[in-house]
Amino acid sequence: MRVAATKPPPLEGEGLGRGGLSAGTASSNESTPTPTLPPQGGGSEAAIWQVLSSVPDPEIPVLSVVDLGIVRAVEPDRVAITPTYTGCPATQVIERDIRVALDAAGYRGVRIETILSPPWTTDWITPEGRDKLRAYGIAPPTRSAVACPQCGSTHTEEVSRFGSTPCKALWRCRDCAEPFDLFKCH
Amino acid sequence: MASTPPIDLPSGVTGAGAFDTPAPGEGGALFEYLLRLGDDALVLGQRLGEWCGHAPSVEVDLSLANFALDLIGQATLFLNYAGEVEGKGRDGDKLAFHRDVLDFRNCLLVEQPNGDFAQTMARQFLFSAWQRRLFDHLAGSADATIAAIAAKAAKEVAYHEELAAEWVIRLGDGTGESRRRMIDGLDWMARFVPELFEADDLLRFLAEKGIAADPIAFRADYEAAVARVLAEAGLEPPPAQRPILGGRRGHHSEHLGHLLCAMQFLPRTYPEALW
Repeated sequence: MRVAATKPPPLEGEGLGRGGLSAGTASSNESTPTPTLPPQGGGSEAAIWQVLSSVPDPEIPVLSVVDLGIVRAVEPDRVAITPTYTGCPATQVIERDIRVALDAAGYRGVRIETILSPPWTTDWITPEGRDKLRAYGIAPPTRSAVACPQCGSTHTEEVSRFGSTPCKALWRCRDCAEPFDLFKCH
Repeated sequence: MASTPPIDLPSGVTGAGAFDTPAPGEGGALFEYLLRLGDDALVLGQRLGEWCGHAPSVEVDLSLANFALDLIGQATLFLNYAGEVEGKGRDGDKLAFHRDVLDFRNCLLVEQPNGDFAQTMARQFLFSAWQRRLFDHLAGSADATIAAIAAKAAKEVAYHEELAAEWVIRLGDGTGESRRRMIDGLDWMARFVPELFEADDLLRFLAEKGIAADPIAFRADYEAAVARVLAEAGLEPPPAQRPILGGRRGHHSEHLGHLLCAMQFLPRTYPEALW
């Protein structure tokens, strides 16, 4: 099911429009340089996936939006994304970054839709994404014992339910004493 | 507090206050209901934002700010949808920043002042426990957009309820002072709980269509959950007080106006301001 923000294709020279509580800046509304790749108005799905896998998550830049599992559908003229948390401010930045990347790759005609259902879950983070998180020092979401991303010990404890972003909690390793972020199960 | 005047349905379906023109028909009822859902989240999100930089510890500061973020996210979705349903070109921002007190439809509980940390946590627990059950029911709403928002938000609110319950227990079962403060906080907030279960004509009208959830369906579960947490905190249930109603019809406490002054000042002073 598709809800809410069904956006029309962006106008020429216009990036992401002003969102509800948008953090968009003047520069974000400027179109990126002249496209070189496929003609405007559509393209192959595989090529669009390729573009999206180069768009980093603004809060956890080692992950691409594809690793994060928020890209729910890619069609020749449409990309559907879903927010992680309802109020996550990164959502608007992500949409803008995807717009910029699509424009730069020549896909100005591809519109971006936000869908809410089914709701995002951390189960959609790809196996590669989980490895990247661990290598970056963030424990990937788990339903079993939380392992320290530094030393691998499961002798760990929660320090704070919330960490630096809505999706993370703050933990501490009781063996190597390092504090670390845990990507919460959601 | 005056009771709701009898209303003929569906032509007079409304939750409007004394100074409002009733919005007739199903679309008007849905709009009103979305305002209730959105305003609850918006007002509580703004309240929690007041703690930012002032909480007792950095971990608590993060928690409260993240609760606020979740709630403002919910408010954005509900109010944007309300604007679509209304069809007058208003979006979530317009509804949030360019309505006055009488037009707000939030329950009175969420606009109550933060008080101390115990009072804030008492309010949070009583509200989140209700909101989670509401969203669990609304996830099956006949309105697909409401169902999608509720299903997503329910996961976040479950976390709010859990964390707030832990604080109620920790403070209630803590020192003499923390216990006294939690008792005072619960006493302040308990008066506003019955309003959460008020089912007026508008709500029943939409509940019959499967769009809204009649809170009577989860009242027993809610009361059991609250009783369980209070028992674990070693606290007696707050003494029965006269319920205070009216928020759903725009009759608010004095506190909401002050909150709106702070929240709406900038967009009202500089209407087209952008970051």
